[in-house]
Amino acid sequence: MPDLLSVRDLRIGATIFPPGEDPQDIDIVHGISFDLQKGKVLGLIGESGAGKSTIGLAALAYGRGGVRITGGEVLLDGKDILSMNKKGIRSIRGARVCYVAQSAAASFNPAHKLGDQVIESSIEHGLMTREEARKRADYLFEILGLPDPHNFGDRYPHQVSGGQLQRAMTAMALCSNPELIVFDEPTTALDVTTQIDVLAAIKNAIEKTGTAALYITHDLAVVAQISDDIMVLRNGDTVEYGPVKQIIENPRQDYTKALVNVRQTKLAEARDQSDALLKVENISAAYGNGVQVLHDVSLHVPRGQTLAVVGESGSGKSTLARVITGLLPPFKGKVTFVDEELSAEQKKRSRDHLRRIQLIYQMADTAMNPRQTVGQIIGRPLQFYFGMRGAARKAKVIELLDEIEMGETFYDRYPAELSGGQKQRVAIARALAAKPELILCDEPTSALDPLVAEGILDLLMRLQKERQVSYLFITHDIAIVRAIADSVAVMLQGKLVDFGPRSEVLNPPFDDYTDLLLKSVPEMKLGWLENVLATRKMESAGH
Amino acid sequence: MRLREIPLTAWIGILGILFAFFCAVFASLIAPFGEREIVAGVWEPANELYLLGTDNLGRDLLSRLIYGAQTTLFVSLAASILSFSIGIFLSFTAAVSGGPIDQGLSRLNDLMMSIPTLIFALVVLAVLPQNIFILIAVMAILDSTRVYRLGRAVALDIAVMEFVEAAKLRGEGRMWIIFREILPNALSPLLAEFGLRFAFSILFLSTLSFLGLGIQPPAADWGGMVKDNKDGIIFGIQAALIPGGAIAALAVCVNMVVDWLLKRTSSLKGGRGDA
Repeated sequence: MPDLLSVRDLRIGATIFPPGEDPQDIDIVHGISFDLQKGKVLGLIGESGAGKSTIGLAALAYGRGGVRITGGEVLLDGKDILSMNKKGIRSIRGARVCYVAQSAAASFNPAHKLGDQVIESSIEHGLMTREEARKRADYLFEILGLPDPHNFGDRYPHQVSGGQLQRAMTAMALCSNPELIVFDEPTTALDVTTQIDVLAAIKNAIEKTGTAALYITHDLAVVAQISDDIMVLRNGDTVEYGPVKQIIENPRQDYTKALVNVRQTKLAEARDQSDALLKVENISAAYGNGVQVLHDVSLHVPRGQTLAVVGESGSGKSTLARVITGLLPPFKGKVTFVDEELSAEQKKRSRDHLRRIQLIYQMADTAMNPRQTVGQIIGRPLQFYFGMRGAARKAKVIELLDEIEMGETFYDRYPAELSGGQKQRVAIARALAAKPELILCDEPTSALDPLVAEGILDLLMRLQKERQVSYLFITHDIAIVRAIADSVAVMLQGKLVDFGPRSEVLNPPFDDYTDLLLKSVPEMKLGWLENVLATRKMESAGH
Repeated sequence: MRLREIPLTAWIGILGILFAFFCAVFASLIAPFGEREIVAGVWEPANELYLLGTDNLGRDLLSRLIYGAQTTLFVSLAASILSFSIGIFLSFTAAVSGGPIDQGLSRLNDLMMSIPTLIFALVVLAVLPQNIFILIAVMAILDSTRVYRLGRAVALDIAVMEFVEAAKLRGEGRMWIIFREILPNALSPLLAEFGLRFAFSILFLSTLSFLGLGIQPPAADWGGMVKDNKDGIIFGIQAALIPGGAIAALAVCVNMVVDWLLKRTSSLKGGRGDA
């Protein structure tokens, strides 16, 4: 069977503008080759900067701003689309090759109905009449499992949920009956329980329509469920390329092995969890607009241990951290820290109380002043809380830099000159500088690549061992909870649905929602998705 | 920042401003005659001795233009710096504090802005004693309302960033947050605005002087010089056009530099990233 898409020695370059230096031309993809047959799915996987999206877009003969395709061939049915003129490329895009972006919310025009946008390209290319396109859209909405498929197209983008929008975007791509679809991280922005529905819908639609697909993601467990072949990319080079079974079960390269084994570090759960450092009792909180976001939440963080607070977006887990820090005074309930009741308002707390509870943010980029050097960022808490100055302060900052495995050379750097993982390490050092007893970690690893996140988690665990610091670790990632938590709190729509030692919460008997959450997390196993869907069907048949 | 990346228009602007400052600083050395010295007849045309001619009292126009740069630049620069100090401080305080302080300051600002600047200045200056420092203060306070508007908008954007929240959680005082966390990040847009307001300040001072409420005679100042010589225009004497041209040229020069600064700060490459 001839290959539908055949990429030969693809090279892509770009011009970068390093601050204070002359612009430079660099290669971001160095000679990538792969083949894709009709009806097959190839997963492109790698960390940020691996070039996976760039390669995906090259299949549409498109380069994002500043990106140039400098060499190689992209053969669609044997014809090189890179050498086509603009008119030829236009006739392919949206008709024979379609694209599904990561953020469907940003890709739909909010002023037009979904249905009109879904059928637009099919009509534009003259592939079908409006009636035929409507019919096909209805059919696609149906196989994608969207509610009320015949009227779904009459809604506007803001009237449907994020997961539905992502499926509508898939319908848009499938509508013109393309030979190839490029999925660019279609489920990354979704909650796990939504992700599984979208994954199942995409898989089902691909099977029913027989289209081929490039599936781009950073999550190996996700791509394992949906693709036939996997290509592992790193810094624009192929690391490993083979059938999905071989990559998952028998990876050959060290980098692939590391990806497959990510977050297997399991720490033994602490036995005695009764010594509470921080106690949250009957907290109810609302934002200024009167919307209540926390309903009667009670939990405690044991001394020297980790409490993981897990939930989907909107579950109120970050709000809980804001209440504990005093940024959002609750209207009911109290927070007790080492047997002292903390003032509800941050402004009224003593400097010592502020020092003992530190916060690490999700986005290290915005959590550090871009106009301060690393030395100033880490040094300020030392000066502020302990009155350290001059050489003593500098020595202590360097000591902290060594502790986060970065070293003295970073002392005079600005945040813009650090990588994502390094920024998060500096944020950790800033928190450590205050010698805190409790660190609130608000999804500190969710913006990072899996291996970098792993490094951050290892660092946090080592620091806990050395310094006996407690963590309240907010996350949506069950794998992290499994790896590091001593106790777990599960939240849903502002309510605490489950709280206790990890072994109790994550093992049967389950709370219903915890069960759903656990089952929705993709596992690094072939056929996991089918199994989950089959179990669900059986359960609903049983009811 | 590299010198060769500065566009030609910005170069012209920079050189023009530097030339004006040079004249102002070394006025007593380069001016051929004294500021108040009556050297010849009224409205004599330009000749070898009086390169630009003489004014309505027979004073050398070139010398007065050079001395005028001194007063004009000093007063408008002092007023701009003062207005920025007031505006930035109040606007940042409002943005960081929020609540009643923000409301109070912002509504007061709206009140000030709702009165036309020129009329406000005329009334206040007519009542208060004629004094250069009062003039500077009045100009600065009126101009600071515009700075407040911009400063508050810029600071509000920065005040919600997490590094400011982190500083608050650390227990930092308001002054630290304003001057160490927010100000360094707001400097680029404010600097560009400073150039613009400086140009407006020159024009405003000239307007006031023209109306007789700015710099008082016999001190030279460009706006006042236009006023002194305006009657000559009826007789076809262009003495009034020369200081007028100087005002226009300086305003254009400042604007060319500001345009370049604005473009630089709003582009992706040269914005907050280049630390």
